[in-house]
Amino acid sequence: MANKIIIDDSTVAFFNLISELSGETITLCDQCGTCSGGCPFVNDMDLMPSQLMRKTLLGQEDVLESKTMWLCATCNTCTVRCPRGLDVSKVAEALRQVKLRQSLDKIKLNEISDEELKELPPIAIVAANRKLVS
Amino acid sequence: MRIGVYLCQCGGNISKVVDLQRVSEALHDIKDITILKEHSNMCSGAGQKLIIEDIQAHRLDRVVIASCSPQFHEKTFKSTLEKAGLNPYVLEMANFREHCSWTHRSEPEIATEKAIDLIRSSIEKVRHDYPLEKKKIAMGNRVLVIGGGVAGIQASLDLANAGKEVTLVEKEPTIGGNMAMLTKTFPTEDCAACIISPKMAEVQDHPNIRLLTNTEIVNTTGHRLRFEITAQKKPRFIKDTIDMDQCLGCEKCVEACPVSVPNQWEQGITDRKAIYIPAALAIPYKYLIDEDACLHLQGQSCRKCADVCPQNAIDFSQKSETTQFTVDSVVVATGFDIIDPREKPVFGYGKYKNVVTGLEMERIVDHISENPPPRDVGNRVGFIQCVGSRDEQTGREYCSRVCCMYAIKLASLLKQARPNTDIYIFYTDIRAFGKGYEEYYKKSQSMGIKFIRGKVAELEENPENKKIIVHGEDTLSRQIIEAEFDLMVLSTGIQLSKSSDKIADSLKLAKSSDGFFQEAHPKFRPVDTLVEGVFLAGTAQGPKDIPDTVAQASAAAARVIGTLAQKEFEVDPMLAFVHEDLCDGCGACVSKCPKSAIQMNSENKAYVSEALCVGCGSCIASCPHEALDLHGYTNSQLYAAIQGALAGKTDAQKRIIVFADDSCTYRVADAVGIRKMTYSGDVRIIRIPSASRITDKLIIYTFQQGADGILIGDCPEKSSRFAWSKQQTLENIKAAQSYLKTIGIENKRIVFAEFASGMLADFVNRVNQLADVIKTSETVQVNSNR
Repeated sequence: MANKIIIDDSTVAFFNLISELSGETITLCDQCGTCSGGCPFVNDMDLMPSQLMRKTLLGQEDVLESKTMWLCATCNTCTVRCPRGLDVSKVAEALRQVKLRQSLDKIKLNEISDEELKELPPIAIVAANRKLVS
Repeated sequence: MRIGVYLCQCGGNISKVVDLQRVSEALHDIKDITILKEHSNMCSGAGQKLIIEDIQAHRLDRVVIASCSPQFHEKTFKSTLEKAGLNPYVLEMANFREHCSWTHRSEPEIATEKAIDLIRSSIEKVRHDYPLEKKKIAMGNRVLVIGGGVAGIQASLDLANAGKEVTLVEKEPTIGGNMAMLTKTFPTEDCAACIISPKMAEVQDHPNIRLLTNTEIVNTTGHRLRFEITAQKKPRFIKDTIDMDQCLGCEKCVEACPVSVPNQWEQGITDRKAIYIPAALAIPYKYLIDEDACLHLQGQSCRKCADVCPQNAIDFSQKSETTQFTVDSVVVATGFDIIDPREKPVFGYGKYKNVVTGLEMERIVDHISENPPPRDVGNRVGFIQCVGSRDEQTGREYCSRVCCMYAIKLASLLKQARPNTDIYIFYTDIRAFGKGYEEYYKKSQSMGIKFIRGKVAELEENPENKKIIVHGEDTLSRQIIEAEFDLMVLSTGIQLSKSSDKIADSLKLAKSSDGFFQEAHPKFRPVDTLVEGVFLAGTAQGPKDIPDTVAQASAAAARVIGTLAQKEFEVDPMLAFVHEDLCDGCGACVSKCPKSAIQMNSENKAYVSEALCVGCGSCIASCPHEALDLHGYTNSQLYAAIQGALAGKTDAQKRIIVFADDSCTYRVADAVGIRKMTYSGDVRIIRIPSASRITDKLIIYTFQQGADGILIGDCPEKSSRFAWSKQQTLENIKAAQSYLKTIGIENKRIVFAEFASGMLADFVNRVNQLADVIKTSETVQVNSNR
């Protein structure tokens, strides 16, 4: 069964939110595919950058479950090539922001075992704290 | 006699089907052929040069060219002969392309056999050709423009400014056409009414333009550069004095009128009274009464408008008036109708109130800033592209060319008026081809209008809130769309206006496979038709936007001006004449001529006045001695053409001779070939000036030469330039039948049929039916003694 795109006020609100956070006019995306074709990480992505743009335009919140935005290194290859002047990395950043603000803690500090605390270098715990904990 | 025969390959159009080598071999034994050559394109400069050099070097005195239909290049080759110092009337053409290679493209054997017969016919006829002098007629200055939309307005103004006497006929009570109904125009967003209304006013005020609104063309006769027009003016029921000074426009009648009906000009978005002015910018700005809505005119006693009129200007007794006039040239600018979206029942137009057409949306958007607007749009609006076009389900494969841009325009205007509206355009391809269009498309995207690639499959109404549920796919993300819209706009395509059909029939204009009028050449004669003196402007020729329409209208005007700029024009001298040595002075022909062109001279011989004769050939059958004849289609020429066409027939084969009149039937047969339709391979077509030229003697001779059936084709009586001749044709057939019966040829083997320009399928059916009839018939023994 193919995925369904539901267009209603809540999906439009999600689109509006990403538009505002990224500052990009996402409706300008023509789905030409230049971004995906040149992306150095595309082979590891579950959604290609153009698909990320499409899902965002259509307000599909499941785009947040994709790992594409986390793989985006903001190398800006797509940005300098986009015929419509869009900055896809800014959209990826906006999606990361939304995901992070959902306060989903990937690690719970008080659940780290004593053994781990003893073995891990302190910088690893600091980094994990920054990236995976809201 | 030294005949030059030329076979044109037509760049493969002919030579890939017809085996020209075999044609050449078949002509091997025929005497008098001095030269027999093949060329890739006879009509090209090189091809013509070849003919000219041959004529001069080999002293040719007759030329036969096998190529396309004479309606395309007969003129070209006649002038080629003239350049070589030969009279243009010693030329015959054999129609290898439309009648052979295109009609029988999948049966090269049949096409080749037919080609051999046709060229034999032309060669036999050319032996009897002789020099003729062209007739010269003074050129006139009068032009009819049919249709008062933007194309007709532009053409009229260009023509009038060049000093032509223009009659502009519009069937609606106001000019302006479809363009006047648009809100704004893409991509500049100029208000349509604002840019067209000054032009409309200019038409009304121009001293060289006679404007006839509320008027329809009933009939046109004539040909080449003289057209007799009959027009019918519908009543307005308002006294129409000069300047309409009787009516003051006080509107008291409108206030008094008790009847409200949907305002057609506003696409039913608002209502109007039964007495009304058609539109705010109407030209002429005059009231009229809607005959179907008015209570008085429907037989009730209401006279409220007449009672309140202080000027006593209302006149219920007005009737339609018929006017007749003559023009020298015609511009057809009959425009488009939008395709009825009910042809696509899946979209529920007419059933769901929140599904509207593009034209309705024009009016909705035009009123959107009113408070409150007559029709609101809600929060989520969708557009479905290509409704009715690019769709084999509706039989229209063409792109309507304007819908992408008008949808983008309407979406943009709506977004500007209501920034919070969520707007989607469902499209298959966006075609933003014009100057500034792609930029306009991008601008609409930057305004937040969302484009979904995919044609919506079906619409459904939510019974609770009357919103429109969409069933479709976003083919870019390969996901099914599920959404509810407050309003769904069907971006309906456009088709040739229905009222054009009558015009097509009476002017004998052909249509192309998309249903629009056919231009004479798609590249180099884009505004000409194949009817001399008739030109096309605007969407009647094919879908186009306003800039293209205006450009084409000016082009049509320029072509008219160029044609009429010649002081006089030449017409073929295909008129009747008398072989004095055969005339015994019986005078039977005199009363047969509907133009009174035949008189007896002092030596009691019949005499034809060239000034009066129109070349219909109706008189010829009346002469018992074949003393009357027609230049270009003499008895000896036609006997020879018939004999040549049947010369290759074997006992096992069946043959139908179609005598095709030059104005209608021959062109229909050409169009059948152009459309790649096919019909029985037994058919051999011979061109004649009109059906009445075929005398009983010719019919009998045709059977004696081995034909199994005859079809005589003519224009429909009503639109024929020889309307009187049908009676004579039927008499000729009857006379022939009464003899043929005695030698065992049944009446059903001689068919008379009338073909209007679009009747391609009818032509195919009629000849195929006749082919079925003769399958079981016996061929008559050749007996040429009679």
